[in-house]
Amino acid sequence: MIEVDHLTKKYGAFTAVDDISFEVGKGEIVGFLGPNGAGKTTTMRVLTCYLPASEGTARIAGYDIFNEPLEVKRHLGYLPESPPLYRDMYVSSYLDFVANIKGVPKAKKNDRIVEVMDQCGLSDRAGQLIGQLSKGYRQRVGLAQAIIHNPDVIIMDEPTSGLDPNQIVEVRNLIRELARERTVILSTHILPEVEMTCDRVIIINRGKIEAMDTPENLTKSLRGTVRFSIRVSGEVSEAVKGLGDLPDIIEIKRLKKEDNDLILVDCPTDRDWGPILSARVAELGMGLMEMRREDLSLEEIFHALTTREEGV
Amino acid sequence: MGNVAAIFGKEMRSYFGSPVAYVMAGVFLLFTGFVFRNQVLEFHDMSVFLKFAEYDQKSLLNVNKVVVESFFEFQTFIWMIVIPMLTMRLFAEEKRGGTYELLMTSPLTSGQILMGKFLACYAPYLLIEIFALGYLGILSFYARIDWGPVFSGSLAILLLGGTFISVGILASSLTENQIVAAVLSFFMLILLWIVDWAARYAGDYLFVLLKFLSLVEHTRDMVHGVVDTHDVFFFLSATVFFLFVTYNVLESNRWRA
Repeated sequence: MIEVDHLTKKYGAFTAVDDISFEVGKGEIVGFLGPNGAGKTTTMRVLTCYLPASEGTARIAGYDIFNEPLEVKRHLGYLPESPPLYRDMYVSSYLDFVANIKGVPKAKKNDRIVEVMDQCGLSDRAGQLIGQLSKGYRQRVGLAQAIIHNPDVIIMDEPTSGLDPNQIVEVRNLIRELARERTVILSTHILPEVEMTCDRVIIINRGKIEAMDTPENLTKSLRGTVRFSIRVSGEVSEAVKGLGDLPDIIEIKRLKKEDNDLILVDCPTDRDWGPILSARVAELGMGLMEMRREDLSLEEIFHALTTREEGV
Repeated sequence: MGNVAAIFGKEMRSYFGSPVAYVMAGVFLLFTGFVFRNQVLEFHDMSVFLKFAEYDQKSLLNVNKVVVESFFEFQTFIWMIVIPMLTMRLFAEEKRGGTYELLMTSPLTSGQILMGKFLACYAPYLLIEIFALGYLGILSFYARIDWGPVFSGSLAILLLGGTFISVGILASSLTENQIVAAVLSFFMLILLWIVDWAARYAGDYLFVLLKFLSLVEHTRDMVHGVVDTHDVFFFLSATVFFLFVTYNVLESNRWRA
Protein backbone atom coordinates (compact mmCIF):
# COMPACT_ATOMS: atom_id res chain seq x y z
CA MET A 1 0.00 0.00 0.00
CA ILE A 2 2.78 2.40 0.91
CA GLU A 3 6.24 2.18 -0.61
CA VAL A 4 8.74 4.79 0.51
CA ASP A 5 11.85 4.93 -1.59
CA HIS A 6 14.96 6.77 -0.38
CA LEU A 7 12.98 9.76 0.77
CA THR A 8 14.91 12.87 1.82
CA LYS A 9 13.53 16.22 2.92
CA LYS A 10 15.77 19.19 3.52
CA TYR A 11 14.84 22.58 4.91
CA GLY A 12 17.70 24.64 3.57
CA ALA A 13 20.83 23.14 5.05
CA PHE A 14 18.93 21.16 7.67
CA THR A 15 18.03 17.61 6.74
CA ALA A 16 14.78 16.73 8.46
CA VAL A 17 14.31 13.34 6.82
CA ASP A 18 17.41 11.56 5.65
CA ASP A 19 17.13 8.86 3.01
CA ILE A 20 14.45 6.65 4.52
CA SER A 21 12.88 3.63 2.83
CA PHE A 22 10.17 1.32 4.06
CA GLU A 23 7.04 -0.47 2.95
CA VAL A 24 3.68 -0.92 4.57
CA GLY A 25 1.30 -3.64 3.49
CA LYS A 26 -2.48 -3.63 3.30
CA GLY A 27 -4.25 -3.86 6.63
CA GLU A 28 -1.14 -3.09 8.61
CA ILE A 29 -0.85 -0.53 11.40
CA VAL A 30 2.59 1.00 11.51
CA GLY A 31 3.75 3.34 14.24
CA PHE A 32 6.39 6.00 13.83
CA LEU A 33 8.17 6.30 17.11
CA GLY A 34 10.68 8.97 17.85
CA PRO A 35 11.46 11.96 20.04
CA ASN A 36 10.14 15.40 19.12
CA GLY A 37 11.88 16.80 16.10
CA ALA A 38 12.88 13.38 14.80
CA GLY A 39 11.21 13.88 11.43
CA LYS A 40 7.94 12.06 12.00
CA THR A 41 5.68 14.94 11.04
CA THR A 42 7.86 15.90 8.09
CA THR A 43 7.72 12.35 6.74
CA MET A 44 3.95 12.36 7.06
CA ARG A 45 3.66 15.74 5.38
CA VAL A 46 5.71 14.49 2.47
CA LEU A 47 3.61 11.33 2.18
CA THR A 48 0.40 13.38 2.16
CA CYS A 49 1.78 15.63 -0.60
CA TYR A 50 1.70 18.66 1.69
CA LEU A 51 5.44 19.12 1.33
CA PRO A 52 7.55 18.05 -1.63
CA ALA A 53 10.40 15.62 -1.06
CA SER A 54 13.89 16.93 -1.76
CA GLU A 55 14.98 13.58 -3.08
CA GLY A 56 13.49 10.17 -3.49
CA THR A 57 9.84 9.37 -3.80
CA ALA A 58 7.01 7.29 -2.43
CA ARG A 59 4.00 5.51 -3.82
CA ILE A 60 0.70 5.39 -2.03
CA ALA A 61 -1.94 2.95 -3.21
CA GLY A 62 0.17 2.66 -6.35
CA TYR A 63 0.32 6.39 -7.12
CA ASP A 64 3.47 8.47 -7.06
CA ILE A 65 3.34 11.32 -4.55
CA PHE A 66 5.15 13.74 -6.81
CA ASN A 67 3.65 12.94 -10.18
CA GLU A 68 0.09 12.01 -9.23
CA PRO A 69 -0.69 14.01 -6.10
CA LEU A 70 -4.41 14.29 -6.81
CA GLU A 71 -4.81 10.51 -7.06
CA VAL A 72 -2.74 10.04 -3.91
CA LYS A 73 -4.93 12.53 -2.05
CA ARG A 74 -8.07 10.73 -3.18
CA HIS A 75 -6.83 7.52 -1.54
CA LEU A 76 -5.47 9.08 1.57
CA GLY A 77 -6.93 10.34 4.81
CA TYR A 78 -4.80 12.59 6.96
CA LEU A 79 -5.15 13.75 10.53
CA PRO A 80 -2.49 16.38 11.29
CA GLU A 81 -1.22 16.89 14.79
CA SER A 82 -3.75 19.60 15.48
CA PRO A 83 -6.98 18.61 13.74
CA PRO A 84 -7.72 20.97 10.83
CA LEU A 85 -11.06 22.29 12.02
CA TYR A 86 -13.05 25.43 11.34
CA ARG A 87 -14.12 26.55 14.77
CA ASP A 88 -17.07 28.54 13.47
CA MET A 89 -18.65 25.59 11.65
CA TYR A 90 -21.10 23.00 12.89
CA VAL A 91 -19.88 19.41 13.02
CA SER A 92 -22.31 18.28 10.34
CA SER A 93 -21.64 21.19 7.98
CA TYR A 94 -17.90 20.76 8.45
CA LEU A 95 -18.10 17.09 7.50
CA ASP A 96 -20.31 18.03 4.58
CA PHE A 97 -17.64 20.47 3.38
CA VAL A 98 -14.85 17.92 3.79
CA ALA A 99 -16.92 15.28 1.97
CA ASN A 100 -17.30 17.76 -0.90
CA ILE A 101 -13.64 18.58 -1.25
CA LYS A 102 -12.58 14.95 -0.81
CA GLY A 103 -14.77 14.01 -3.72
CA VAL A 104 -17.41 11.87 -2.00
CA PRO A 105 -20.16 11.30 -4.61
CA LYS A 106 -23.24 13.44 -3.95
CA ALA A 107 -25.61 10.47 -3.83
CA LYS A 108 -23.64 8.76 -1.06
CA LYS A 109 -22.62 11.86 0.82
CA ASN A 110 -25.34 12.13 3.45
CA ASP A 111 -25.28 8.41 4.27
CA ARG A 112 -21.54 8.56 4.57
CA ILE A 113 -21.63 11.54 6.95
CA VAL A 114 -24.12 9.75 9.21
CA GLU A 115 -22.04 6.57 9.08
CA VAL A 116 -18.80 8.35 9.96
CA MET A 117 -20.37 10.36 12.77
CA ASP A 118 -21.74 7.14 14.18
CA GLN A 119 -18.36 5.44 13.89
CA CYS A 120 -16.57 8.28 15.67
CA GLY A 121 -19.23 8.72 18.33
CA LEU A 122 -20.31 12.13 17.10
CA SER A 123 -23.95 11.44 16.34
CA ASP A 124 -25.22 13.49 19.27
CA ARG A 125 -22.89 16.42 18.45
CA ALA A 126 -23.90 16.97 14.82
CA GLY A 127 -25.48 20.35 15.49
CA GLN A 128 -22.78 21.70 17.77
CA LEU A 129 -20.22 24.34 16.86
CA ILE A 130 -16.76 22.84 16.59
CA GLY A 131 -15.32 25.71 18.64
CA GLN A 132 -17.47 24.63 21.57
CA LEU A 133 -16.40 20.98 21.52
CA SER A 134 -13.98 19.54 24.04
CA LYS A 135 -10.52 18.50 22.94
CA GLY A 136 -11.51 14.83 22.79
CA TYR A 137 -14.50 15.50 20.58
CA ARG A 138 -12.43 17.72 18.32
CA GLN A 139 -10.01 14.85 17.88
CA ARG A 140 -12.94 12.66 16.88
CA VAL A 141 -14.09 15.21 14.34
CA GLY A 142 -10.53 15.19 13.04
CA LEU A 143 -10.67 11.42 12.71
CA ALA A 144 -14.08 11.58 11.02
CA GLN A 145 -12.63 14.09 8.58
CA ALA A 146 -9.77 11.72 7.76
CA ILE A 147 -11.97 8.73 6.95
CA ILE A 148 -15.01 10.33 5.36
CA HIS A 149 -14.00 9.46 1.80
CA ASN A 150 -13.23 5.90 2.78
CA PRO A 151 -9.51 6.11 2.01
CA ASP A 152 -7.25 3.08 1.62
CA VAL A 153 -4.52 4.69 3.65
CA ILE A 154 -4.88 6.75 6.81
CA ILE A 155 -2.01 8.82 8.17
CA MET A 156 -2.35 10.17 11.68
CA ASP A 157 0.08 12.48 13.44
CA GLU A 158 -0.02 11.93 17.20
CA PRO A 159 -3.70 10.95 17.25
CA THR A 160 -3.82 10.64 21.03
CA SER A 161 -1.81 13.69 22.08
CA GLY A 162 -3.52 15.87 24.63
CA LEU A 163 -6.34 13.46 25.36
CA ASP A 164 -7.24 12.13 28.77
CA PRO A 165 -6.69 8.43 29.53
CA ASN A 166 -10.25 7.35 28.75
CA GLN A 167 -10.27 9.23 25.48
CA ILE A 168 -6.93 7.68 24.55
CA VAL A 169 -8.37 4.21 25.01
CA GLU A 170 -11.38 5.16 22.89
CA VAL A 171 -9.26 6.62 20.10
CA ARG A 172 -7.01 3.55 20.10
CA ASN A 173 -9.98 1.25 19.78
CA LEU A 174 -11.29 3.38 16.98
CA ILE A 175 -7.96 3.24 15.17
CA ARG A 176 -7.83 -0.54 15.48
CA GLU A 177 -11.35 -0.77 14.16
CA LEU A 178 -10.54 1.50 11.23
CA ALA A 179 -7.42 -0.46 10.40
CA ARG A 180 -9.31 -3.65 9.76
CA GLU A 181 -9.76 -2.87 6.10
CA ARG A 182 -7.22 -0.07 5.72
CA THR A 183 -3.56 0.72 6.06
CA VAL A 184 -2.67 3.03 8.92
CA ILE A 185 0.45 4.99 9.77
CA LEU A 186 0.46 6.82 13.04
CA SER A 187 3.13 8.67 14.91
CA THR A 188 3.70 8.92 18.59
CA HIS A 189 6.40 9.50 21.12
CA ILE A 190 4.81 7.24 23.69
CA LEU A 191 6.27 3.73 23.64
CA PRO A 192 3.40 1.81 25.25
CA GLU A 193 1.08 3.28 22.65
CA VAL A 194 2.79 1.52 19.77
CA GLU A 195 2.99 -1.66 21.79
CA MET A 196 -0.78 -1.59 22.15
CA THR A 197 -1.88 -0.47 18.71
CA CYS A 198 0.73 -1.22 16.08
CA ASP A 199 1.72 -4.32 14.15
CA ARG A 200 5.07 -2.82 13.33
CA VAL A 201 7.19 0.03 14.66
CA ILE A 202 9.55 2.30 12.83
CA ILE A 203 11.87 4.17 15.15
CA ILE A 204 13.01 7.46 13.69
CA ASN A 205 15.68 9.64 15.14
CA ARG A 206 17.36 12.67 13.57
CA GLY A 207 15.66 11.92 10.29
CA LYS A 208 16.93 8.36 10.01
CA ILE A 209 15.27 5.02 10.57
CA GLU A 210 16.99 3.48 13.58
CA ALA A 211 15.00 0.31 13.76
CA MET A 212 12.01 -1.34 12.17
CA ASP A 213 10.39 -4.40 13.71
CA THR A 214 7.38 -5.72 15.58
CA PRO A 215 6.87 -4.11 18.98
CA GLU A 216 7.62 -7.42 20.76
CA ASN A 217 10.94 -7.95 19.06
CA LEU A 218 11.96 -4.37 19.53
CA THR A 219 11.23 -4.27 23.22
CA LYS A 220 13.03 -7.53 23.66
CA SER A 221 16.19 -6.31 22.02
CA LEU A 222 15.89 -2.86 23.56
CA ARG A 223 15.32 -4.00 27.09
CA GLY A 224 18.00 -6.66 26.65
CA THR A 225 21.51 -5.53 27.28
CA VAL A 226 23.94 -2.82 28.14
CA ARG A 227 27.56 -3.03 27.01
CA PHE A 228 30.67 -1.95 28.89
CA SER A 229 34.10 -1.74 27.32
CA ILE A 230 36.92 -2.25 29.80
CA ARG A 231 40.67 -1.90 29.58
CA VAL A 232 42.85 -3.31 32.35
CA SER A 233 46.51 -3.36 33.26
CA GLY A 234 47.58 -6.95 33.44
CA GLU A 235 46.88 -10.21 31.66
CA VAL A 236 43.80 -9.72 29.54
CA SER A 237 42.85 -13.40 29.26
CA GLU A 238 42.91 -13.67 33.03
CA ALA A 239 40.65 -10.62 33.33
CA VAL A 240 38.24 -12.07 30.77
CA LYS A 241 38.05 -15.26 32.73
CA GLY A 242 37.65 -13.45 36.05
CA LEU A 243 34.91 -11.17 34.79
CA GLY A 244 33.20 -14.05 33.06
CA ASP A 245 32.82 -15.80 36.39
CA LEU A 246 30.37 -13.12 37.54
CA PRO A 247 26.79 -14.37 37.55
CA ASP A 248 24.21 -13.14 35.00
CA ILE A 249 26.67 -11.79 32.46
CA ILE A 250 25.31 -12.36 29.00
CA GLU A 251 28.40 -12.28 26.89
CA ILE A 252 32.04 -11.32 27.15
CA LYS A 253 34.29 -10.63 24.21
CA ARG A 254 37.87 -9.69 23.64
CA LEU A 255 38.61 -7.06 21.06
CA LYS A 256 42.15 -6.97 19.62
CA LYS A 257 43.81 -3.57 19.85
CA GLU A 258 47.40 -2.47 19.17
CA ASP A 259 48.63 -1.85 22.70
CA ASN A 260 46.15 -3.36 25.06
CA ASP A 261 43.11 -5.48 24.25
CA LEU A 262 39.61 -4.25 25.03
CA ILE A 263 37.15 -6.41 26.91
CA LEU A 264 33.53 -6.04 25.92
CA VAL A 265 31.02 -7.12 28.53
CA ASP A 266 27.30 -7.39 27.76
CA CYS A 267 25.20 -7.23 30.91
CA PRO A 268 21.48 -7.25 31.57
CA THR A 269 19.96 -3.88 32.41
CA ASP A 270 18.49 -5.04 35.71
CA ARG A 271 21.05 -3.26 37.91
CA ASP A 272 23.96 -0.86 37.63
CA TRP A 273 26.91 -2.99 36.56
CA GLY A 274 29.60 -0.30 36.69
CA PRO A 275 30.60 -0.74 40.37
CA ILE A 276 30.27 -4.52 40.18
CA LEU A 277 32.67 -4.76 37.27
CA SER A 278 35.22 -2.37 38.71
CA ALA A 279 35.15 -4.16 42.07
CA ARG A 280 35.79 -7.43 40.28
CA VAL A 281 38.77 -5.99 38.42
CA ALA A 282 40.21 -4.82 41.75
CA GLU A 283 39.60 -8.24 43.27
CA LEU A 284 41.67 -9.78 40.49
CA GLY A 285 44.51 -7.48 41.53
CA MET A 286 44.54 -5.49 38.33
CA GLY A 287 44.31 -1.80 37.62
CA LEU A 288 41.27 -0.45 35.87
CA MET A 289 42.59 1.78 33.11
CA GLU A 290 39.37 2.51 31.36
CA MET A 291 35.73 1.62 31.68
CA ARG A 292 33.10 3.03 29.40
CA ARG A 293 29.42 2.39 28.96
CA GLU A 294 28.95 1.99 25.23
CA ASP A 295 26.41 4.30 23.58
CA LEU A 296 23.75 2.06 22.23
CA SER A 297 21.86 4.64 20.24
CA LEU A 298 18.66 2.61 20.19
CA GLU A 299 18.81 2.29 23.91
CA GLU A 300 19.24 6.01 24.21
CA ILE A 301 16.26 6.72 22.05
CA PHE A 302 14.26 4.26 24.01
CA HIS A 303 15.30 6.02 27.17
CA ALA A 304 14.42 9.43 25.78
CA LEU A 305 11.06 8.13 24.67
CA THR A 306 10.05 6.34 27.79
CA THR A 307 11.12 9.00 30.23
CA ARG A 308 9.51 11.90 28.39
CA GLU A 309 5.98 10.76 29.00
CA GLU A 310 4.56 7.88 30.93
CA GLY A 311 2.23 5.76 28.89
CA VAL A 312 -1.28 4.98 29.95
CA MET B 1 -16.47 22.82 -10.75
CA GLY B 2 -17.87 21.00 -7.76
CA ASN B 3 -14.67 21.72 -5.89
CA VAL B 4 -14.85 25.44 -6.65
CA ALA B 5 -18.45 25.41 -5.46
CA ALA B 6 -17.47 23.64 -2.24
CA ILE B 7 -14.81 26.26 -1.40
CA PHE B 8 -17.16 29.04 -2.48
CA GLY B 9 -19.94 27.73 -0.24
CA LYS B 10 -17.66 27.38 2.74
CA GLU B 11 -16.31 30.92 2.40
CA MET B 12 -19.78 32.36 1.92
CA ARG B 13 -20.93 30.63 5.07
CA SER B 14 -17.97 32.13 6.85
CA TYR B 15 -18.66 35.67 5.60
CA PHE B 16 -22.38 35.60 6.28
CA GLY B 17 -22.31 33.30 9.28
CA SER B 18 -20.05 35.75 11.09
CA PRO B 19 -20.34 39.50 11.51
CA VAL B 20 -17.66 40.14 8.86
CA ALA B 21 -19.92 40.74 5.87
CA TYR B 22 -22.44 42.76 7.88
CA VAL B 23 -19.87 44.99 9.52
CA MET B 24 -18.18 45.66 6.21
CA ALA B 25 -21.53 46.37 4.55
CA GLY B 26 -22.42 48.69 7.41
CA VAL B 27 -19.16 50.62 7.20
CA PHE B 28 -19.31 50.92 3.45
CA LEU B 29 -22.95 51.95 3.23
CA LEU B 30 -22.59 54.42 6.08
CA PHE B 31 -19.70 56.28 4.50
CA THR B 32 -20.99 56.21 0.94
CA GLY B 33 -24.42 57.20 2.22
CA PHE B 34 -22.91 60.15 4.06
CA VAL B 35 -21.11 61.38 0.96
CA PHE B 36 -24.14 60.77 -1.22
CA ARG B 37 -26.31 62.82 1.13
CA ASN B 38 -23.79 65.67 1.13
CA GLN B 39 -23.66 65.74 -2.65
CA VAL B 40 -27.42 65.73 -2.94
CA LEU B 41 -27.61 68.66 -0.50
CA GLU B 42 -24.93 70.48 -2.43
CA PHE B 43 -26.87 69.96 -5.62
CA HIS B 44 -29.93 71.32 -3.87
CA ASP B 45 -28.05 74.44 -2.74
CA MET B 46 -26.71 74.94 -6.24
CA SER B 47 -30.15 74.72 -7.76
CA VAL B 48 -31.49 77.32 -5.32
CA PHE B 49 -28.51 79.60 -6.01
CA LEU B 50 -28.68 79.25 -9.78
CA LYS B 51 -32.46 79.64 -9.99
CA PHE B 52 -32.26 83.09 -11.52
CA ALA B 53 -28.91 82.66 -13.26
CA GLU B 54 -28.22 82.83 -16.98
CA TYR B 55 -28.84 79.84 -19.17
CA ASP B 56 -25.18 78.87 -19.68
CA GLN B 57 -24.60 78.87 -15.94
CA LYS B 58 -27.54 76.56 -15.50
CA SER B 59 -25.67 73.97 -17.51
CA LEU B 60 -23.62 73.48 -14.35
CA LEU B 61 -26.75 72.02 -12.83
CA ASN B 62 -26.13 68.43 -13.82
CA VAL B 63 -27.14 65.81 -11.31
CA ASN B 64 -24.84 63.27 -12.95
CA LYS B 65 -21.84 65.55 -12.59
CA VAL B 66 -22.51 66.68 -9.06
CA VAL B 67 -23.95 63.57 -7.43
CA VAL B 68 -23.40 60.44 -9.52
CA GLU B 69 -19.78 60.98 -10.47
CA SER B 70 -18.58 61.98 -7.03
CA PHE B 71 -20.53 59.04 -5.63
CA PHE B 72 -18.52 56.65 -7.77
CA GLU B 73 -15.24 58.42 -7.16
CA PHE B 74 -15.70 58.27 -3.42
CA GLN B 75 -16.66 54.58 -3.58
CA THR B 76 -13.33 53.60 -5.11
CA PHE B 77 -11.66 55.14 -2.09
CA ILE B 78 -13.85 53.37 0.49
CA TRP B 79 -13.50 50.04 -1.30
CA MET B 80 -9.76 50.41 -0.99
CA ILE B 81 -10.22 50.31 2.78
CA VAL B 82 -13.00 47.72 2.96
CA ILE B 83 -11.71 45.11 0.53
CA PRO B 84 -8.48 44.33 2.41
CA MET B 85 -10.70 43.62 5.43
CA LEU B 86 -12.70 41.16 3.37
CA THR B 87 -9.70 39.45 1.79
CA MET B 88 -7.26 39.34 4.69
CA ARG B 89 -8.68 36.16 6.20
CA LEU B 90 -8.94 34.11 2.99
CA PHE B 91 -5.59 32.33 3.23
CA ALA B 92 -4.04 33.77 6.39
CA GLU B 93 -6.79 32.32 8.58
CA GLU B 94 -6.43 28.87 7.02
CA LYS B 95 -2.70 28.89 7.58
CA ARG B 96 -2.99 30.05 11.17
CA GLY B 97 -5.77 27.57 11.98
CA GLY B 98 -4.05 24.58 10.39
CA THR B 99 -6.91 24.07 7.94
CA TYR B 100 -4.60 24.99 5.08
CA GLU B 101 -3.18 21.51 5.56
CA LEU B 102 -6.65 20.07 5.02
CA LEU B 103 -7.09 21.97 1.76
CA MET B 104 -3.63 21.08 0.51
CA THR B 105 -4.02 17.37 1.29
CA SER B 106 -7.44 17.15 -0.34
CA PRO B 107 -7.80 16.30 -4.02
CA LEU B 108 -8.13 19.96 -5.02
CA THR B 109 -5.99 21.98 -7.38
CA SER B 110 -4.57 25.35 -6.34
CA GLY B 111 -6.60 26.91 -9.13
CA GLN B 112 -9.86 25.54 -7.73
CA ILE B 113 -9.08 26.79 -4.22
CA LEU B 114 -8.12 30.20 -5.55
CA MET B 115 -11.17 30.52 -7.80
CA GLY B 116 -13.54 29.46 -5.03
CA LYS B 117 -12.08 32.04 -2.68
CA PHE B 118 -12.00 34.81 -5.26
CA LEU B 119 -15.63 34.32 -6.18
CA ALA B 120 -16.64 33.97 -2.54
CA CYS B 121 -15.11 37.36 -1.82
CA TYR B 122 -16.60 38.89 -4.93
CA ALA B 123 -20.11 37.86 -3.91
CA PRO B 124 -20.43 39.96 -0.73
CA TYR B 125 -18.67 42.76 -2.57
CA LEU B 126 -21.25 42.62 -5.34
CA LEU B 127 -24.08 42.47 -2.85
CA ILE B 128 -22.87 45.53 -0.94
CA GLU B 129 -22.37 47.39 -4.21
CA ILE B 130 -25.94 46.61 -5.30
CA PHE B 131 -27.20 48.09 -2.04
CA ALA B 132 -25.14 51.21 -2.64
CA LEU B 133 -26.51 51.57 -6.16
CA GLY B 134 -29.93 51.60 -4.54
CA TYR B 135 -29.14 55.18 -3.47
CA LEU B 136 -29.22 56.20 -7.12
CA GLY B 137 -32.52 54.39 -7.50
CA ILE B 138 -33.95 56.53 -4.72
CA LEU B 139 -32.48 59.66 -6.30
CA SER B 140 -34.13 58.83 -9.61
CA PHE B 141 -37.54 59.54 -8.05
CA TYR B 142 -36.51 63.15 -7.43
CA ALA B 143 -34.14 63.92 -10.31
CA ARG B 144 -33.71 62.95 -13.89
CA ILE B 145 -30.59 60.80 -13.97
CA ASP B 146 -28.76 59.96 -17.15
CA TRP B 147 -28.47 56.20 -16.74
CA GLY B 148 -25.66 55.69 -19.25
CA PRO B 149 -22.86 56.95 -16.97
CA VAL B 150 -24.43 55.10 -14.07
CA PHE B 151 -23.98 51.83 -15.94
CA SER B 152 -20.47 52.62 -17.10
CA GLY B 153 -19.54 53.83 -13.62
CA SER B 154 -20.91 50.63 -12.11
CA LEU B 155 -18.92 48.64 -14.61
CA ALA B 156 -15.79 50.53 -13.53
CA ILE B 157 -16.50 49.70 -9.89
CA LEU B 158 -17.12 46.03 -10.67
CA LEU B 159 -13.88 45.75 -12.62
CA LEU B 160 -11.91 47.70 -10.05
CA GLY B 161 -13.31 45.46 -7.29
CA GLY B 162 -11.99 42.37 -9.03
CA THR B 163 -8.52 43.87 -9.14
CA PHE B 164 -8.68 45.02 -5.52
CA ILE B 165 -9.78 41.54 -4.41
CA SER B 166 -7.03 39.81 -6.36
CA VAL B 167 -4.45 42.11 -4.75
CA GLY B 168 -5.93 41.35 -1.32
CA ILE B 169 -5.89 37.61 -1.92
CA LEU B 170 -2.25 37.78 -2.97
CA ALA B 171 -1.39 39.57 0.29
CA SER B 172 -3.33 36.99 2.28
CA SER B 173 -1.54 34.10 0.60
CA LEU B 174 1.83 35.51 1.64
CA THR B 175 1.36 35.43 5.41
CA GLU B 176 -0.42 33.63 8.17
CA ASN B 177 -1.14 36.85 10.02
CA GLN B 178 -4.37 38.58 9.05
CA ILE B 179 -3.18 42.01 10.18
CA VAL B 180 -0.06 41.70 8.05
CA ALA B 181 -2.22 40.61 5.12
CA ALA B 182 -4.48 43.65 5.50
CA VAL B 183 -1.60 46.09 5.85
CA LEU B 184 0.18 44.57 2.89
CA SER B 185 -2.87 44.93 0.67
CA PHE B 186 -3.42 48.52 1.86
CA PHE B 187 0.15 49.20 0.92
CA MET B 188 -0.17 47.69 -2.54
CA LEU B 189 -3.53 49.33 -3.24
CA ILE B 190 -2.44 52.77 -2.06
CA LEU B 191 0.71 52.42 -4.12
CA LEU B 192 -1.36 51.61 -7.20
CA TRP B 193 -3.59 54.54 -6.29
CA ILE B 194 -1.00 57.28 -5.89
CA VAL B 195 1.41 56.10 -8.52
CA ASP B 196 0.14 58.74 -10.97
CA TRP B 197 0.93 61.54 -8.50
CA ALA B 198 4.54 60.71 -9.06
CA ALA B 199 3.92 60.82 -12.80
CA ARG B 200 3.59 64.61 -12.74
CA TYR B 201 7.28 65.03 -11.99
CA ALA B 202 8.55 62.11 -14.02
CA GLY B 203 10.10 62.17 -17.46
CA ASP B 204 8.14 61.51 -20.63
CA TYR B 205 8.29 57.72 -20.76
CA LEU B 206 8.00 57.25 -17.02
CA PHE B 207 5.01 59.59 -17.06
CA VAL B 208 3.17 57.33 -19.48
CA LEU B 209 4.09 54.24 -17.55
CA LEU B 210 3.10 55.56 -14.13
CA LYS B 211 -0.15 56.97 -15.46
CA PHE B 212 -0.84 53.62 -17.03
CA LEU B 213 -0.29 51.73 -13.77
CA SER B 214 -2.64 53.90 -11.75
CA LEU B 215 -5.85 52.02 -11.02
CA VAL B 216 -7.95 55.13 -10.46
CA GLU B 217 -6.79 56.70 -13.69
CA HIS B 218 -8.44 53.86 -15.56
CA THR B 219 -11.79 54.32 -13.84
CA ARG B 220 -11.98 58.03 -14.70
CA ASP B 221 -13.30 57.74 -18.24
CA MET B 222 -15.81 55.10 -17.31
CA VAL B 223 -17.14 57.19 -14.42
CA HIS B 224 -17.63 60.01 -16.94
CA GLY B 225 -19.57 57.67 -19.19
CA VAL B 226 -16.93 56.57 -21.67
CA VAL B 227 -16.26 52.83 -21.80
CA ASP B 228 -12.88 52.27 -23.42
CA THR B 229 -12.00 48.63 -24.07
CA HIS B 230 -8.45 49.57 -23.20
CA ASP B 231 -9.53 50.32 -19.59
CA VAL B 232 -11.67 47.20 -19.40
CA PHE B 233 -8.77 45.15 -20.62
CA PHE B 234 -6.46 46.82 -18.13
CA PHE B 235 -8.59 45.78 -15.14
CA LEU B 236 -9.19 42.26 -16.41
CA SER B 237 -5.52 41.67 -17.07
CA ALA B 238 -4.50 43.22 -13.73
CA THR B 239 -6.94 40.86 -11.96
CA VAL B 240 -5.62 37.87 -13.87
CA PHE B 241 -2.06 38.96 -13.16
CA PHE B 242 -2.51 39.12 -9.38
CA LEU B 243 -4.45 35.85 -9.35
CA PHE B 244 -1.68 34.27 -11.39
CA VAL B 245 0.96 35.45 -8.91
CA THR B 246 -1.16 34.09 -6.05
CA TYR B 247 -1.54 30.80 -7.89
CA ASN B 248 2.23 30.53 -8.07
CA VAL B 249 2.58 31.40 -4.40
CA LEU B 250 0.23 28.50 -3.58
CA GLU B 251 1.95 26.16 -6.00
CA SER B 252 5.41 27.08 -4.73
CA ASN B 253 4.70 25.01 -1.60
CA ARG B 254 4.71 22.01 -3.88
CA TRP B 255 7.92 22.85 -5.66
CA ARG B 256 10.92 20.71 -4.94
CA ALA B 257 13.50 22.62 -2.96
